[in-house]
Amino acid sequence: MSGLEDLYREVILDHYRAPRNRGELPVPPAHKVEGFNPLCGDEVVLYLEVKGDTVSDLRTAGQGCSISQASTSMMSAAVKGKSVQEARQLIRAFKSLMSIHETQLEGGETDGSDAEELQGVRLGDLAALQGVVKFPVRIKCATLGWNTLQQGLDEATQSATPSGSGG
Amino acid sequence: MTGLDIARIKADFPILKREVNGARLVYLDSASSSQKPVQVLDAMEHCYRDSYANVHRGVYTIAEETTAAFEGGRAKVASLLHAGATDEIVFTKNATEAINLVAYSWARANLRESDVIVVTEMEHHANIVPWHILAAERGVELRFVPVNPGYELDLTNLEQLLDGARLLAFTAVSNVLGTINDVRTLVDAAHAAGALALVDAAQAVPHLEIDVAAWDADFVAWTGHKMLGPSGIGGLWARPEILDDMPPFLGGGEMIRDVTTTGFSTNDVPWKFEAGTPPIAEAIGLGAAVDYLQGLGLDAVRAHELALTTYALDALSERFGERLTVYGPSDLERRSGVISFTFEGIHAHDISQVVDEAGVCVRAGHHCAKPLMRVLGVPATTRASFYVYNDEADVDALVEALVRAEKFFGI
Repeated sequence: MSGLEDLYREVILDHYRAPRNRGELPVPPAHKVEGFNPLCGDEVVLYLEVKGDTVSDLRTAGQGCSISQASTSMMSAAVKGKSVQEARQLIRAFKSLMSIHETQLEGGETDGSDAEELQGVRLGDLAALQGVVKFPVRIKCATLGWNTLQQGLDEATQSATPSGSGG
Repeated sequence: MTGLDIARIKADFPILKREVNGARLVYLDSASSSQKPVQVLDAMEHCYRDSYANVHRGVYTIAEETTAAFEGGRAKVASLLHAGATDEIVFTKNATEAINLVAYSWARANLRESDVIVVTEMEHHANIVPWHILAAERGVELRFVPVNPGYELDLTNLEQLLDGARLLAFTAVSNVLGTINDVRTLVDAAHAAGALALVDAAQAVPHLEIDVAAWDADFVAWTGHKMLGPSGIGGLWARPEILDDMPPFLGGGEMIRDVTTTGFSTNDVPWKFEAGTPPIAEAIGLGAAVDYLQGLGLDAVRAHELALTTYALDALSERFGERLTVYGPSDLERRSGVISFTFEGIHAHDISQVVDEAGVCVRAGHHCAKPLMRVLGVPATTRASFYVYNDEADVDALVEALVRAEKFFGI
């Protein structure tokens, strides 16, 4: 099962079995955003609290496969407490990771644009998800939480007043 | 265990000889789309290699040959469905397009604001979304017959639901639960309320002996690719007087009698509804698929699937007990060869991925029936579905692969 073990790395299964930042936040001040994968019915719900320029708190709900739920859990751990700008940088870096072709993975090299996005970003545990690109159907599972975060950040920062109190 | 010689049938399906991930291919997703026997592949190849031309146009020999083979496919389908006449069969792309044909032609010509269409909670999206579109456009009301805890239609309030209804549109067999609905009872209820009845028979025609006259339905939608035929062809059977009255849906070649700068007149049924060059080789391949199924006998097909479903449910229950939940009627006489299940602690997608490593193909997801999934209270199920080329060894392979999935996820 070598292929499978690339997909289901231990750290992924750990996040799936014990998801971080699971729960809800009162809305408002938190912003609620939902993401769906229409192909498989996976669902991610995020509660985002943006104070000033910081993702001060974040909780996740929803249900789905191990990849979508583990990726969302890892995402929540990675962006909580970070600045909105850092969070956006992580989103770009993670999506680049997901767009790297399998052959590049094995060669260890990426093309210019993806490499640029990844440069200087510490992915940490998130790198465990790179095995997903060998299973193209599952990439959407891995990116669901991140796309939902992007949408949530857009909405939360748009609706926020200059003083930073959420709308 | 039944009259079918499964080893011989398997030998007719070239794809079943291949391996996937180093394992024998175990195809358990026929409710999504079936595999094709060599007889169907040969018929289509013969069309393209030896006698291909457009149909209903040329007067030369091969055009005549192709037209005869194409219309022969239609005649075979008419015989399979026990239609009164061959021209009651309208070819479409699939069952979805057949339902849309009814929605765009019959329903838009006949339904007005506040008319009611009744469907059921166990419908495939193909028999829900065309009616949602119509409802939004015309102010038609859409009502749903509920599904009861026994995974069957709850007909308690059917009469009230049908009050004011112009159409009852329902599936003969659920693609998720395997529930075999009592078509005649539902059709009679629709007619008693002054409504017409549309039967989505996509999951029924491949597996059960169908008689559209005995159903007394008004519309029956079906598709070729689930019944050993090619993709790209399906169709609508409808009562001839309804087809005569229905306005054309798609305009173009083939569907006209005359065209002038000021207008057009329509061709006869069924060609009135078949604008443009039709799926020619597909109709011929479909004819070969009908021959194949009739050669086996639909009663024997049903008996085989019933026996295999019984074997599979017993094996799953024995091996996994309450960790595995099956969604479908307990009375096996009332269910088809479809087994939807969830596994405690493992998502359907992950199960499908892990069993694929053993060459086992099962569907995971919402099966294009999201309203039903909400009723069931699950985001997704894993679905194994059986057909004429499956046997007990295939079920055993599924069970073994599930054991490995359980170990893998450490449940």
